[in-house]
Amino acid sequence: MSADAEPAVRVDSVHHRYGDTVAIDGVSLSIASGSTAAFIGPDGVGKSTLLGLIAGVKRIQSGTVTALSGNMASSSHRDIVAPRIAYMPQGLGRNLYPTLSVVENIDFFGRLYGQSENERRSRIAGLLTATGLDPFPDRLAGKLSGGMKQKLGLCCALIHDPDLLILDEPTTGVDPLSRRQFWELIERIRAERPGMTLLVATAYMEEAARFDHIIAIDEGKVIAAGDMAGLLDRTATRTLEEAYVALQRPERRGDQAALAIPPLLESGGPPAIVAEALTMRFGDFTAVDHVSFRIRRGEIFGFLGSNGCGKTTTMKMLTGLLPASEGRAELLGKPIDARDIATRMRIGYMSQAFSLYEEISVRANLELHGRLFRIPSGELRLRVAAALTRFDLDAVADASPASLPLGMRQRLQLAAACLHRPEILILDEPTSGVDPAARDRFWRLLVEMSRRDGVTIFISTHFMNEAERCDRVSLMHAGRVLSVGSPEELRVARGTTTLEGAFVAYLEEASAPPASKVMKEAPSLAAAPKPIGAPDNVQKGTSSVSQSSHRSSSASLRRVWAFARREAVEVLRDRIRLAFALLGPLVLMVGFGYGISFDIENLRYAVLDRDQSYESRLFLEQFSQSRYFVEQTRLDDEFEIDRRLRSGELRFAVDIPPGFGRDLLQDRQPQVSFWLDGGATFPAETARAYIQGAVLTYAADRYRQLHGRAPQVLPINVEPRFRYNQDFRSVFAITPGAIMLLLILIPAMLTAVGVVREKEMGSITNVYASPATVGEYLIGKQLPYIAIGFVSFASLVLLAGALFGVVAKGSLIGLSLAALMYVFAATAFGLLISAFVSTQVAAIFATAVLTVIPTAHYSGFLYPASTLEGLARAMGVGFPAFWFQTVSLGVFAKGLDADAFVREIAVLFGFGVVFLLLARLAVRKQGS
Amino acid sequence: MRQWILNVLYLGFKEIASVLRDVAMVGLIIYVFTVAVYSMATGLKTEVNNASVAVVDADRSTLSSRIKDALQPPYFSPARDIDRSEVDELLDKGSYTFVLEIPPRLEADLLANRGPSIQINVDATAVSQAAVGTAYIQEIIAREAANFLHQHGTSEVVPIEPVIRALFNQNLEAIRFNASMDIIMNVTMLGIILVGAAVMREREHGTIEHLLVMPVRPSEIAAAKIWANGLIILLAAGFSLHVVIEFVLQIPIIGSVELFLAGTAIYLFAVTSLGILLATIANSMPQFALLAIPVFVVMFLLSGTFTPFESMPPILQDIMYAVPSTHFVRFAQSILYRGAGLDVVWKDLMVMTALGAVFLAAALSRFRSMLVRQS
Repeated sequence: MSADAEPAVRVDSVHHRYGDTVAIDGVSLSIASGSTAAFIGPDGVGKSTLLGLIAGVKRIQSGTVTALSGNMASSSHRDIVAPRIAYMPQGLGRNLYPTLSVVENIDFFGRLYGQSENERRSRIAGLLTATGLDPFPDRLAGKLSGGMKQKLGLCCALIHDPDLLILDEPTTGVDPLSRRQFWELIERIRAERPGMTLLVATAYMEEAARFDHIIAIDEGKVIAAGDMAGLLDRTATRTLEEAYVALQRPERRGDQAALAIPPLLESGGPPAIVAEALTMRFGDFTAVDHVSFRIRRGEIFGFLGSNGCGKTTTMKMLTGLLPASEGRAELLGKPIDARDIATRMRIGYMSQAFSLYEEISVRANLELHGRLFRIPSGELRLRVAAALTRFDLDAVADASPASLPLGMRQRLQLAAACLHRPEILILDEPTSGVDPAARDRFWRLLVEMSRRDGVTIFISTHFMNEAERCDRVSLMHAGRVLSVGSPEELRVARGTTTLEGAFVAYLEEASAPPASKVMKEAPSLAAAPKPIGAPDNVQKGTSSVSQSSHRSSSASLRRVWAFARREAVEVLRDRIRLAFALLGPLVLMVGFGYGISFDIENLRYAVLDRDQSYESRLFLEQFSQSRYFVEQTRLDDEFEIDRRLRSGELRFAVDIPPGFGRDLLQDRQPQVSFWLDGGATFPAETARAYIQGAVLTYAADRYRQLHGRAPQVLPINVEPRFRYNQDFRSVFAITPGAIMLLLILIPAMLTAVGVVREKEMGSITNVYASPATVGEYLIGKQLPYIAIGFVSFASLVLLAGALFGVVAKGSLIGLSLAALMYVFAATAFGLLISAFVSTQVAAIFATAVLTVIPTAHYSGFLYPASTLEGLARAMGVGFPAFWFQTVSLGVFAKGLDADAFVREIAVLFGFGVVFLLLARLAVRKQGS
Repeated sequence: MRQWILNVLYLGFKEIASVLRDVAMVGLIIYVFTVAVYSMATGLKTEVNNASVAVVDADRSTLSSRIKDALQPPYFSPARDIDRSEVDELLDKGSYTFVLEIPPRLEADLLANRGPSIQINVDATAVSQAAVGTAYIQEIIAREAANFLHQHGTSEVVPIEPVIRALFNQNLEAIRFNASMDIIMNVTMLGIILVGAAVMREREHGTIEHLLVMPVRPSEIAAAKIWANGLIILLAAGFSLHVVIEFVLQIPIIGSVELFLAGTAIYLFAVTSLGILLATIANSMPQFALLAIPVFVVMFLLSGTFTPFESMPPILQDIMYAVPSTHFVRFAQSILYRGAGLDVVWKDLMVMTALGAVFLAAALSRFRSMLVRQS
């Protein structure tokens, strides 16, 4: 640990921008070693960017960041300190792998930091006990509740005893009880490791109170820094939230007047929304468990609970999007019917995620809504204009929603939901991620609609202060409603001073069986001799050991193995993807093997015989008795020739002129016309060759009959020897090519999508934050897909033998070695593509377009490689498919030995290395 | 009903706006209908073209060099002289598709009427060229020999003279064939991917749920996607046909382009419906991609585009009759290559319509259940 005098983190005039948007606008600060700091401020003010820069996962654009006594712009310093920093990105379970179990997730991070198996086992056990996750070691991370995900994320961050722990909004979207437990956990860890510096960003101002430093950020600047008491003093406010608003520029503040909510006037009549024992099951998981409530007309009804507790599912059942597994629900006195258009006209819905079209402007979105809700076009313009004004969207009416900050997007969604003047508004977490001032404005609109227009509002939230504003709230947890009542009633019922306190009390009661768990949790920490991690010697020893050894080659191999293992487990769990990857090629090969055939037989033809002589019939037998031709109904006149060729019925027609027999007998060389369908060129050429052959054979036969000796028609005897494929069956040539095609298309697709998916999901940040290099990550990621590709190769070879009788005549070892190198090159190509694209769709398109053309056309698959010239040849030689095709054909068709392919195998390996190096250069080990 | 049409129109306009905003998508569409069509048309050879020939000439006579000289472009690239010892190695490497072995005293034996032989070694793994190329070489040798004999006073009369003429495409140029088959492939691929990915994207972004909460029916959403994306592809195909094929490549089109485009519209209805169906089956974009690729690869390869439909085993032919691309390829070949009219193609049009209706009905029946699986 560095000297106390030196701060753990120092930031000097840092600026950061994303395109034209300024995220950080000149921030300087310093945080002492062993202290705690909270960064407060709403979403989008630059907190996450700042933490990412300090953690070293984002590239510094300007200014300097010093962390743990070194410049974070230097990659060698980042490599050294990476094992001492832990970073947990924003978003529930963002650094977790959802298809891995609790233990597998922690284990992966332990491997990444080069811990031995014993060390990992004892550390994992300690962390699970400390966080209360020990009853669920095998549950998949994706199936955990929000609070549990965050605890697991913390376990993963703590496995290597970091000196600097950075948590980006760790409790957003987590229920109050879990939130409380989370902070208690942090306190205990701090007590264990007093030297650890802790940086946290949070949007819950009240959570910041427990930190040594509070740094208030707005518009990319530090607007105030100090301890809690100091900030409250300076602003003369009572709460941090008020202090923050006071510190903002006046334009950024909301309406200062406290929001007054007029009492709800009873309008009588049937309730607007009724739910009775609504239940929703997904498989064996019950998302919503017998939920019942009644909502009066004009009421603001709040739905309170953590992420994943069933709020969204309940709302979707009410809108008819999901059919309830059990129970009954009514809207405006009518049972819910997904087909009931009339009821839908009376409801407005706003989903949790932004669900309007980002491709069209704000105004166009509203107009589309209005039209779909059948607002007459004359009135539509007025209503859209009014909505733009009312929701303060005039300035951005022609902008794309994608370019707007979250708060405005939420206002747009609300504007759209209200445009048709619905009687019920169903709003799913409309204020999640919206800053306090904007949330305040949003609520003013809701109150106005409820009280002035009598709109029933059903709203879900995890903000307690919003719940306080509802007429009644329903506390929901793990699919069940814990209690329903006005905020006041709930407080009184539990005897607490705040609604949050009441909710926590209900939650503790609800998790009664595990409540003993909760109780046990704190003592277990105190009682355990080594609460976090392992025995003393290990704990003290590791950080130095792993630091000194993390560059060594064995540590590097361990990290590659950690990535490979994790990827393999993930692929094995995604059965559908695995099935597509392994069965898809087999199905396609069957299709190729049977379907792609250049063997042309049964050419359909018809005859117009205008001679009808013995000679003409004798001549025509040459065709009717050949297996290459199939005679169709005779032609009656020459007009029919054109008509029947045109309809596609015939491939060719034979036209024998009158007087054919007579001319033939008089040696006057009569002409016979053959009409080909030239539209399809390949059958036409084949037909032409066959016809010429048939005519020659006829001539020879005739000569023999007339002269009783071998004819002079063919003065030179031509003896074709069809090598490698004596039976001349397409399948012998197509199958090796099909293996070549499939072994590049599917493996490349798998790796390309694999990396881009991590980019989209955000788990790539783990790589940025870990001591692993990009090379280790890429190779680790690649290994399981090489294995899949090789299994696919083996299955294709077996299928080719079993189904088509196409067996390797040459060296199977040589073929296998080449296939291994080929799959290595193919997966490396996928990685290369993934380095350049950012969405899965783009990865799919790019892989398909870039592999199919050189593979199918310029590799020697359908058309011989020796005919390629110029650009086509360059494209062929410059792609691995060309080289593997030589080996594949050589082994399957030509029976060659392995030593014939030394060069090809070396070239394929070279392709893999070059692709991998290029990918390594193109992927940066930092986000922007 | 009036409202249904209006909703379909409004949603379709949105769809067009969203495709046109996606620069990468527009770029891709332009690429496949211009550059890709052009390079396939000019770069791919289904006919024997530029086939590589080597000759082991042990005779070195006038006749043997005449035969060598007769192996000419466009069918063959100029013949190379190689040594007999190299034959196996060069064929193993795939350097040549055909190797002629001309024996010593070929010319003398011919003149003495001793019936000499020329051996042709054919790399039969080059399935697209081996058979036809061999026939051409046989014909060339026979012609050269006959000419040679004729000059030396011996001539033989072939009893009949076959006059072989190709209708619709006199010179049997594959360029025409390939160009239009490439358009068909692009229409298939884009029809499935564009519409399927659009549905998938709306699922992933939650906009489709949003629509279903509004007074909008699933059939309206599907119909809007079909007409809007179908129209874009249809326009691109029409552009490709007129500008790239007729104007740039100077390939004459015999049949009625309007009838072809009308049939394409029907085909698009079928494939876009199939795309929607696939999007309701997959659960995520990567799954959709892995599902869509085999579907359109099979549709493309096995419906008679590049290899003749009648060469496939009868069972496979029967299966492929249930796939719209088989009917579209047959329809397109009739119209574009042979100038056929509605009287010939009406059956294929009917089948495509029916198949599209079946796909669409299946997709719509899955529409709501797919939302359940997603959440």
